[in-house]
Amino acid sequence: MWTLRDRYCIAGIGETAYTKASGRTVLDLASEACLKAAADAGLAPEAIDGIVSFHFNDSVPATAVATSLGIPAVRYAVDFAGGGNAANLIVLAAAAAIEAGLATSVLCYRAMNGRSGFRLGGGRELSARGVTQFTAPFGWVTYPQAMAMWCRRHMLAYGTTSEQLAAVAITCRANAALNERAMQRAPITLDDYLGSRMIVEPFRMLDICLESDGACAVLVTAAARARDLAQRPVYILGGAYGGGPNQGDDLFDALRWPDHAHNYSRYIAADLWRSAGVGPGDVDVAEIYDCFTYSVLMQLEGFGFCGEGEGGPFVQDGRIARDGALPVNTHGGLLSEAYIHGLNHVLEAVRQLRGAAGARQVPGAEIAFTSAGAMTCGSAMVLRR
Amino acid sequence: MGDYAQPLPVPDPDSAPFWAACREHRLVLQKCAACGAVRYPPGPRCPRCRAREAVWIEAAGRGRVYSWIVVNHPVPKEVYAAEVPYVVALIELDEGVRMASNIVGCAPSAVRGDLRVEVVFDDVAPGTTLPRFKPAPDETR
Repeated sequence: MWTLRDRYCIAGIGETAYTKASGRTVLDLASEACLKAAADAGLAPEAIDGIVSFHFNDSVPATAVATSLGIPAVRYAVDFAGGGNAANLIVLAAAAAIEAGLATSVLCYRAMNGRSGFRLGGGRELSARGVTQFTAPFGWVTYPQAMAMWCRRHMLAYGTTSEQLAAVAITCRANAALNERAMQRAPITLDDYLGSRMIVEPFRMLDICLESDGACAVLVTAAARARDLAQRPVYILGGAYGGGPNQGDDLFDALRWPDHAHNYSRYIAADLWRSAGVGPGDVDVAEIYDCFTYSVLMQLEGFGFCGEGEGGPFVQDGRIARDGALPVNTHGGLLSEAYIHGLNHVLEAVRQLRGAAGARQVPGAEIAFTSAGAMTCGSAMVLRR
Repeated sequence: MGDYAQPLPVPDPDSAPFWAACREHRLVLQKCAACGAVRYPPGPRCPRCRAREAVWIEAAGRGRVYSWIVVNHPVPKEVYAAEVPYVVALIELDEGVRMASNIVGCAPSAVRGDLRVEVVFDDVAPGTTLPRFKPAPDETR
């Protein structure tokens, strides 16, 4: 269990514009986000001595960014292989590295040309080796197709409806309307949702997140050090990473997963809240990994924001709106802000806790929840101002 | 069959007996020689007792739909445009393991949870046979 409550901080954040065609290299995007995060913290690049990222064979390695930025002493440079499941893990790994004395100030980034370059949602390479020989030959090849299988199981188990999925999409879009960085800002209605093209039943187009070119970065350092830096520190209260048994051979594979109506979140929730010393009822704003509408329902249940099987009813009636009981994805999420694989959720949580979220600020937000992951494994954090 | 564009399984030392049996229109599963646990997909060790030795047993080829999707939007288009809409399902075999496959022989709208299905073999390319599933006779009567 995470034992470093309040001892590490996010001291800086940075990001590029989010676009469909950056016309730039991923290295360029990563360098910009990282430089901005360091500058936001008030640290010169020379003071950075660690850098960590995650990728899906669609990015540039940490050493490349360190080289691009001319960082003189790189003590900790690590690339995690992963999808959204790793977006909170890299922040926890950065703090753990500092605790171990491996570095003092660590940049965490995610960078990709996710629309103009390698499109994660566009299907994996059509090969059928390893565990993929038991999925791809049947035309089961994309992540929307993978997650739709989970969503259907939740519908069978709990009667979850398309109208409930729509509530997540509509909420994210309403929040994105107040976010100048968001890629999709035009409000949508239930009719828009129901009229959007069926992609892979039960998912319509508006159940599926965006594809984006861009980069995000955060700077992690020790609390004692952060107090002397430029920004009000955002403290890491708690964190957890993992999933259940039979996480599978890769992110897609869940053939042996115990119950597709539930995801990783139920397996890491107890550690998360215990490490943070608070509970779901203490959270002021929740930035929940939303690669698909349904993943929000799963995590609301798994992390205990509502009861098992109650995610559908929970998101209705404005409960997750900005002025609702639990504001969710105040930036618009992966569904409407951008798909920077969940690290953009961490940036939004930091903004909310700094009181710097502008028109979409949740008044008095003191404790934020972030999560990353949708299927068999994932990571989550509790942050405080 | 020469222009079959969909991905074909690439057998490996763990899975070769499974695909070889499919070519003979038999559905087989690995059963741990030590503890008797049946597993799928094929793998090098029993996840229950870690034994390496396994035997291949004939599966009944019957099960029920655990979950399913209907693919409407073909990805990539050049491979699946002529296939949509098609159904991919997770099927819980009577032996207790879950298998991904297609439901054929009925309209996509006829698929539902717990639908009883049985295996049919599809010789899709020289040397490759896929196990797909259709509604069991007692379901379609």
